[in-house]
Amino acid sequence: MDAQAIIDSLSPLVPGAVFEAAPSVDFTTVYVSGEHLVATCQALRDSLNFETLVEVTAADYLPRAPRYEVVYHLLSVSKRLRLRLKVRVANDGTLATVQGVYPGAGWLEREVWDMFGIVFDGHNDLRRLLMPEDWEGHPQRKDYPVQIQKAAQTYAPLEVSQEQFRANLERDRVKRTH
Amino acid sequence: MVQADHTHGLDHELPILTSTVEKIVNWARQSAIWPAQFGLACCAIEMMAMVASRYDVARFGAEVFRGSPRQSDLMIVAGRLSRKMAPAMRRVYDQMPEPKWVISMGACASVGGVFDNYAIVQGVDQVVPVDVFVPGCPPRPESLIYGIVQLQQKIARSRI
Amino acid sequence: MTRASSGHHKGASLRCASSRPYSTKLPAFGGRRALTFQVLFYSMSRFGNLFTTMTMDGWLGVVVMTLFGVGFAGLMIGLSLLLGPKNPTPEKLAPYECGMPAVGNARERHSVKFYLVAMIFLLFDIEVAFLYPYAMAIRDLGWSGYLQLLTFFLVLLVGFVYVWRKGVLDWGPVVKQRPAAKTQRAA
Repeated sequence: MDAQAIIDSLSPLVPGAVFEAAPSVDFTTVYVSGEHLVATCQALRDSLNFETLVEVTAADYLPRAPRYEVVYHLLSVSKRLRLRLKVRVANDGTLATVQGVYPGAGWLEREVWDMFGIVFDGHNDLRRLLMPEDWEGHPQRKDYPVQIQKAAQTYAPLEVSQEQFRANLERDRVKRTH
Repeated sequence: MVQADHTHGLDHELPILTSTVEKIVNWARQSAIWPAQFGLACCAIEMMAMVASRYDVARFGAEVFRGSPRQSDLMIVAGRLSRKMAPAMRRVYDQMPEPKWVISMGACASVGGVFDNYAIVQGVDQVVPVDVFVPGCPPRPESLIYGIVQLQQKIARSRI
Repeated sequence: MTRASSGHHKGASLRCASSRPYSTKLPAFGGRRALTFQVLFYSMSRFGNLFTTMTMDGWLGVVVMTLFGVGFAGLMIGLSLLLGPKNPTPEKLAPYECGMPAVGNARERHSVKFYLVAMIFLLFDIEVAFLYPYAMAIRDLGWSGYLQLLTFFLVLLVGFVYVWRKGVLDWGPVVKQRPAAKTQRAA
């Protein structure tokens, strides 16, 4: 299915959304706007049989105006098709979470927040995944220094009570209520 | 004390070997070093190759790789140590009983390797004291076995 | 025995014959070390003589085996205590959680089912333990013995049925009914 065919089948399902075919070499790529992202994912999963979300990542195009592009890779196992959805996000912008449509997006969006700082509205557990919990900064941004001279942290408490553990989780979460 | 005749009337020497306690204890410690499983990244594959039948480190005493640090003598840090893993690694090292040794395997464990960035600790000797550094990316199994033999010689020289 | 040349007997002393049944003169070869071994072997053979009566017949092997086992284990532990480094730290006493801090301590409440199953097992195991000697003596005890044991068994069977009906033997999660099938997706 090429990009135009996907856009043609999606347009009646998601009224008001503007899709844009993007040039790509491996599989179909479609740009979608942030407000219609969740509806698009719902339509893709329910009507077009894209059952699986494979990956959520982002790319930083720093001097450009919408700074980030969040990329979703979808897979249709029954139809043997792959699709890439791209969403342009501005600096300090937010996106709605697709966890309600694809539950596997939980940790993938956590990683995107950890690395790029893009907050996902409605995400219940937005905390650091790859970096230590108290890290500052978002390393995959283009203006983040690669080489850091910092001593490794070697202390961790011996035992943490259940309440303390949950309190630590709450403290580390970034909360965005929609 | 003068021992004029060692044979005591027998037609061969008395078959008794003497040594010091230190030598015997060091020999026992070096001949049966049990590593703890601490493969972090790609170097772990070469460590597995060392354990497998072709390069067989069990002939050098490392018979089993223990799952628990409580039962092991040696921690072979095989791979990149990320900043998030550093406290966990320190805790695992602390939970090993003495006498314990650390081999830093590969370039990433020794100096950070090719990854000079925010995520990787530039050398595990920032976190644990290291006895033997084994260079390579990854070191061949023979290199790692050579590192273990060097460690055995270091143990033989140590005081108990 | 004749004395050998004096070179072998540095520090030898002539002792008068004591009340001990073995000679305490230094032997011809080996000096004090050989005397120690002679005393040791003599004591071992006298120890073996303790097992020559009817009641003790055959127990020598058991005793020697026990002594070897206990002695070997004690030797290993003793050597470790003597020669091993001692360096207790709080981290070594903390539970192992693959390097992460332990969350809570392990003293949590457990299901009472474990206790119940252990009790029931104990009771019925003792019942079976009574059955074994009965099985050996079944012909000698005849019908009256059979009836007595049957009574014993039936009393315990009533208890077993009670335990069964009360649900003590039910383990595993309660099976929930599956919710109604999800709505069909459009093809």
